Amino acid sequence: MIEVKDLYKSYAKGKVNALNGITFSVEDGEIFGVIGPDGAGKSSLFRILASLLLPDSGIAVMNEHDVVIDYRKVRQIIGYMPGRFSLYQDLSVEENLTFFATLFNTTIEENYHLIKDIYQQIEPFKNRRAGALSGGMKQKLALSCALIHKPEILILDEPTTGVDPVSRKEFWDMLGRLKEQGITILVSTAYMDEASRCDRIALIRDGKFIASDTPQGIIENYADILWSVEGTRMSALLSALRDYSAVKTSFAFGDKIHITVTEGLQVGELRQYLAEKKFDDVRIAPIKPTVEDCFMALTSE
Amino acid sequence: MKQFIAFVRKEFRHIMRDNRTLLIILGMPVVEILLFGFAINMEVQNIRVAFYDPTPDAFTTGIAERIRQNSYFNYQGNMQSMEEMEVAMRKGKLDLAVVFPQNFQESLVHSGKAAVQLLSNSSDPNRGSISATYATAIIASFQQEHTKLIQIPFQIQTENRMIYNPLMKSSYMFVPGIMGLVLMIICTIMTSVSIVREKERGTMEVLLASPLKQGTMIFAKTIPYMVISFIDFIIILLLSYFVLGVPINGSLLLLFMIAILYINLTLSYGLTVSTLVDKQVNAVIFSAITAMIPVLMLSGMIFPIDNMPLVLQALSAIVPARWFIEAVRKVMIQGLGITMIWKEILILIGMTLFLLGVTIAKTKKRLE
Amino acid sequence: MKAKVIEVSGLTKKFGNFTAVDHITFDVKEGEIFGFLGANGAGKTTAMQMLCGISMPTAGAGTVAGYDIIKENERIKRNIGYMSQKFSLYEDLKVWENIRLFGGIYGLTDKVIATKTDALLERLNFREERNTMVKYLPLGWKQKLAFSVAIFHEPKIVFLDEPTGGVDPAMRRQFWEMIYEAADQGITVFVTTHYMDEAEYCNRVSIMVDGRIDALDTPAELRRQFNADSMDEVFRQLARKAKRGD
Repeated sequence: MIEVKDLYKSYAKGKVNALNGITFSVEDGEIFGVIGPDGAGKSSLFRILASLLLPDSGIAVMNEHDVVIDYRKVRQIIGYMPGRFSLYQDLSVEENLTFFATLFNTTIEENYHLIKDIYQQIEPFKNRRAGALSGGMKQKLALSCALIHKPEILILDEPTTGVDPVSRKEFWDMLGRLKEQGITILVSTAYMDEASRCDRIALIRDGKFIASDTPQGIIENYADILWSVEGTRMSALLSALRDYSAVKTSFAFGDKIHITVTEGLQVGELRQYLAEKKFDDVRIAPIKPTVEDCFMALTSE
Repeated sequence: MKQFIAFVRKEFRHIMRDNRTLLIILGMPVVEILLFGFAINMEVQNIRVAFYDPTPDAFTTGIAERIRQNSYFNYQGNMQSMEEMEVAMRKGKLDLAVVFPQNFQESLVHSGKAAVQLLSNSSDPNRGSISATYATAIIASFQQEHTKLIQIPFQIQTENRMIYNPLMKSSYMFVPGIMGLVLMIICTIMTSVSIVREKERGTMEVLLASPLKQGTMIFAKTIPYMVISFIDFIIILLLSYFVLGVPINGSLLLLFMIAILYINLTLSYGLTVSTLVDKQVNAVIFSAITAMIPVLMLSGMIFPIDNMPLVLQALSAIVPARWFIEAVRKVMIQGLGITMIWKEILILIGMTLFLLGVTIAKTKKRLE
Repeated sequence: MKAKVIEVSGLTKKFGNFTAVDHITFDVKEGEIFGFLGANGAGKTTAMQMLCGISMPTAGAGTVAGYDIIKENERIKRNIGYMSQKFSLYEDLKVWENIRLFGGIYGLTDKVIATKTDALLERLNFREERNTMVKYLPLGWKQKLAFSVAIFHEPKIVFLDEPTGGVDPAMRRQFWEMIYEAADQGITVFVTTHYMDEAEYCNRVSIMVDGRIDALDTPAELRRQFNADSMDEVFRQLARKAKRGD
């Protein structure tokens, strides 16, 4: 269990506030996602939880071990994967793994069952130097190294940044299987679409959690009326929608435009307005928001 | 212990896989020895010398004769006044002027002391200081012979360091210097870079988040460089003995002991540097400026310390290589025993402890 | 029919016996927003380096901005803009210093730079940040500024390498609106991204698999061809075919 209370952290003698009072808890065996853009404070938070940074104030306890006082104990029970690839590029896949196993006083054999799923995919390249691996494989190796000592809590700082959608999906599948083994997983990401893979999420911005709930709960709390508009000439359509007074916000979402509208507006009214502007073939429908819609709604306030 | 061994093994792998660096650290001593030994001739020849001797006597003419006979010197004549001497010096016609005081012999016999003034042309400081050193050595050997001859203890005040180097070959001077330089470069630059690289590449973050103790890591980091620099030391020793013909007059065991002390010192300095900088480039620059340049300029490797201004002499006292070079010269060239170098040994140990203390105080168990 | 600003055929790059880019042939029209997708390691970066004139193709030919990619690569560099997520601006220089630097690199006169700088800061609503050190800007702002700087010298084409990675959702959309504006002015935009919703914003999209271009069309047409609901699914179907180790 992770318990965090009122964490504050600033840099450059108080000039930059990275964390502005963060409080949350994570249950055993839960996947908890911290979601927000770069610079929101995700890495600072995770580094404090990994006992690598001291908070200015506040408490963080990892499975009953305080990250400031019992930092040695904390370092034994966590597996930490920093934001950028942090293995030895000039050592082979196997050498990296063996090294990290020894560092934690264990061996590959002892915990092989834990990493088997992941490691098997890169095992054919075990004699290749880590620096020569592709992005997705590096990620798998880094995860194997973070897991090799059977950590109680896994802390993954933006593991999927810069990774293509397919490898990202695979990565989340792996996390799902680790959760089944009872490992508590704390993970951060800038990709909003990954929220649904977490049990609970927190949306972070400017060092503060602006919402924290299950992905479903976040979506249910969405207060606006959200429609999707589909059509051709998207750029022109977007500006036409922005000119319409009953449309509060409008943003492109892939091949559609998501708009929030004032209460009482009928689909027909909007369709008519657009038809006047020579948008004849539009499809308009009320939709359920995505986590990304929620994030944008919460940050526009 | 297992952690420690795993770490040492990892460090060796880093080094072995970086062929270019490996070539540099093993090839450097060879290149430097050959460079200094053959290409750069530190010997100064054709030194134009003149004498000013207001009251010639047996001693002064004897000394002047010795210098004139020496093949390194080219006799330019006796000057009639100090003014004439200065003019010749200013016009660049002289490298060295030997000035005897009035009544040299008298004061030597009566007070047992007399001073010879050696004026060297400092437009080429190196040539000048070496010329002076040569002359000093000649005067010293003259004095030694005459002390035996006339059985009266007396002293001509000059530096007599080269008395053990009768051939005046400069390789005797620079071999200990190269040892000091090479070990400093390898230990300081390599250790600091290897630690800072972990910070720069982000691997330090993972190491910190593991149960590995900082002390274990730091100690393990130094082991490979200790081994490599000791190998380098032996390479230099072998090359200078067999290729340059520099004798090993003292105890080999004592020489190894000095080397190990010095290696530990330079490793400690590398560790200290690593706690002060965050980027590999900075580690190299910082090490180069604070370690290499003082070894070259202030250790006595190239420029004799006694010819330096007092300020620089004082500064040279905090250059570790100075004490190492002195100890090696004493043991290797002069064949002295441990009783004659206890001062150097204590200074080396003291400096090591100081640097280790700084490193421990500065080492962080977290990221900032 | 609009002019083609990128036209390559059989473009190939080999590193030893590894073929990073394997005979790719495509063209990009003036003012088009061209999405260049592919899994990690599919060869996108290498292909882009060849188009920018910083990497010599092993085989193949083509023109970029009207210049031959093999013989006239120095001229290409003068007529394109480039921005990536990893490097775009000097963090320790102020906003205006970055603008002046890049303007200077592309040979603009001081007077032109001064006028254009004012206009740019005005447009971005950045006047107050003129003297701010770039490292103190939030990522989204930084990327918007970087994009403006990349098209400051009015290049024919701008290459964007994952310009929106890690940028917050609202900023990401503002960024794309800037891309549209640039395209309206006739600047061709060549962009890579890992956000599949952004693939939809492109006029045409190519997807690289194992060094080859396996699909190239409008997003709508690609979805139809692959019988998929979203570009995400199109991408997955294609990436599944990849044989290269990840």
